[in-house]
Amino acid sequence: MPDTMVTLRNLVRRFGDFVAVDNVSLDVAKGEVFGFLGPNGAGKSTTIRILCGLIAPTSGTAKVAGFEVGPESEQIRRHIGYMSQKFSLYDDLSVEENIEFFGGLYGVEGERLQQRKQYVLEMAGLTTKRNEITAMLAGGWKQRLALGCAILHEPPVLFLDEPTSGVDPIARRQFWDLIYGLSEAGSTIFVTTHYMEEAEYCNRIALMYKGRMIALGTPSELKRERNLPSMEEVFIQSIEKEDAKEEAKA
Amino acid sequence: MNFQRPFAMLRKELLHISRDPRSLALALAMPVILLLLFSYALSLDVDRIPTYIIDHDKSSDSRSLIEQFKGSRYFSILGYPDTYDTAEYGIGRNECLLVVVIPKDFARDLAERRPQPVQLLLDGTDSNTASIARGYSESVVTSWTAQRLRVKIPVEARVRVWYNPTLESRNFIVPGLISVILMIISALLTSLTVAREWETGTLEQLLSTPLRTAEIIAGKLGAFFILGVADALIALTVGILVFHVPFRGSFIFLGVATAVFLMGAFSWGLLLSSIADTQLQAFQLGMLSSFLPAFLLSGFIYAIENMPPIIQVATYLFPSRYFIAILKATFLKGLGFAELWPQLLALVLYAVIVSVLAMRRMRSKVA
Repeated sequence: MPDTMVTLRNLVRRFGDFVAVDNVSLDVAKGEVFGFLGPNGAGKSTTIRILCGLIAPTSGTAKVAGFEVGPESEQIRRHIGYMSQKFSLYDDLSVEENIEFFGGLYGVEGERLQQRKQYVLEMAGLTTKRNEITAMLAGGWKQRLALGCAILHEPPVLFLDEPTSGVDPIARRQFWDLIYGLSEAGSTIFVTTHYMEEAEYCNRIALMYKGRMIALGTPSELKRERNLPSMEEVFIQSIEKEDAKEEAKA
Repeated sequence: MNFQRPFAMLRKELLHISRDPRSLALALAMPVILLLLFSYALSLDVDRIPTYIIDHDKSSDSRSLIEQFKGSRYFSILGYPDTYDTAEYGIGRNECLLVVVIPKDFARDLAERRPQPVQLLLDGTDSNTASIARGYSESVVTSWTAQRLRVKIPVEARVRVWYNPTLESRNFIVPGLISVILMIISALLTSLTVAREWETGTLEQLLSTPLRTAEIIAGKLGAFFILGVADALIALTVGILVFHVPFRGSFIFLGVATAVFLMGAFSWGLLLSSIADTQLQAFQLGMLSSFLPAFLLSGFIYAIENMPPIIQVATYLFPSRYFIAILKATFLKGLGFAELWPQLLALVLYAVIVSVLAMRRMRSKVA
């Protein structure tokens, strides 16, 4: 496995006239928890969807786990886990059936499936709810089950698109504990969020605004450079600067 | 091709079906309900025509003619009003379809061999029934006259109806209905299943895994194929055992044709769901494009030969046309591969073309 698990070089994605991702370049090291921060419509989800091979970039290149997006998308899909913004497991299947289904898709079977299933059930705190229909679970459990299904095959890279939206603060905290656990075990985690306090949990952050990356660094670096006490203020100041620059141009 | 992934997909689809008892019940009960409804309600047979007879003559001859009508199973004599008005009122109020008026001096004129009309009044609202009733009543009058005058009609048509000698409409409605049922169920159910994944966002999740588009399709088709075959067997069993529709052909040939037809119908459903964005849209498109053509443009009830040329050309685009031809011919005529291969080939082509289109649309939609 390479040391740099995610690489973006001049990545651009247009939808008609709209530029969703505007010339973004960055590198994510192995084992990092990398946060993608920005308001809605900043291009976070689009970037993640490109990296997962769900949509093609308009120009530029990207590599995930050493494989190139596009020509090697099939390889990439074997090496990533993806949790989309929307809860996207099957509501009418039981917890265990969902796990077994995704196990089947990732080629996890037999003894290994039993082990992984046990691990996921314990991790998500769902051991006693394994036969429950997923629709009956509360938000936090659903979220953890979705994470569990995305890591059944122990992917080296994990993409989480706003994984904690709509979940209560305690469940959110528990979720981040799981993310740290995975990162310590060597997984690289690429996570988008618009919760500022979550930004503080990341090893490194990219600030996204209108498709462009307007800041990149560790939370403490970003705060120190601007001499600001919180990520929230870093975020607001950076966006205001961007808007001012644009106005000056116009 | 990896088998584990499509198999996981198939298993998941079967779980969906089993978790939704209402649609499962619908899918399995629908063939029976439709068969019962159509076979009883959609009888195109005309018999026991409700009839009034006005006898102005009241002679032995007129009574003999009346007896002839009474003796035929095609007529049911409701009464013998004295006046025209009563009879006319009867047609107006839908009490009867036919009024036979025997004129005064009917017997006398007949004895003197003077031509004497017997009037037949028909309710033409339903033109099809009226013309059948007209034919029956004319032939009663003609045959009675020949008997009465002891003349032999020199040229006589001797009719033998093949394949369906008693001309029961059920014998062609039931085989045709099997095609309509399978088309509705398969196109509708498949179009809903992909639209649902699209709507709930699970399709995107699937595409982020190693699962390929072709494997998604294979898994879904597999699951619905099981349901479709179950439906076909139910419809076939009910048709043969309950409605006593004769089956003269080969079950194997019909089985092969049904499988091919189902694949085409499923692919059509997939194509629709790749066009539709919501389940509601998929449902509406499915109804419009599967039910109506299967019903109207297939030769199910309305003979294709009687349609205007443009519509006739359009019928070639829908697979029901070929499948209904195969169903009717295997059921009633006992034909097989030797005669029906062109229809089977058409179904194969349809299935291949539509499934390739569906696969392409699916790929371009998700990308």
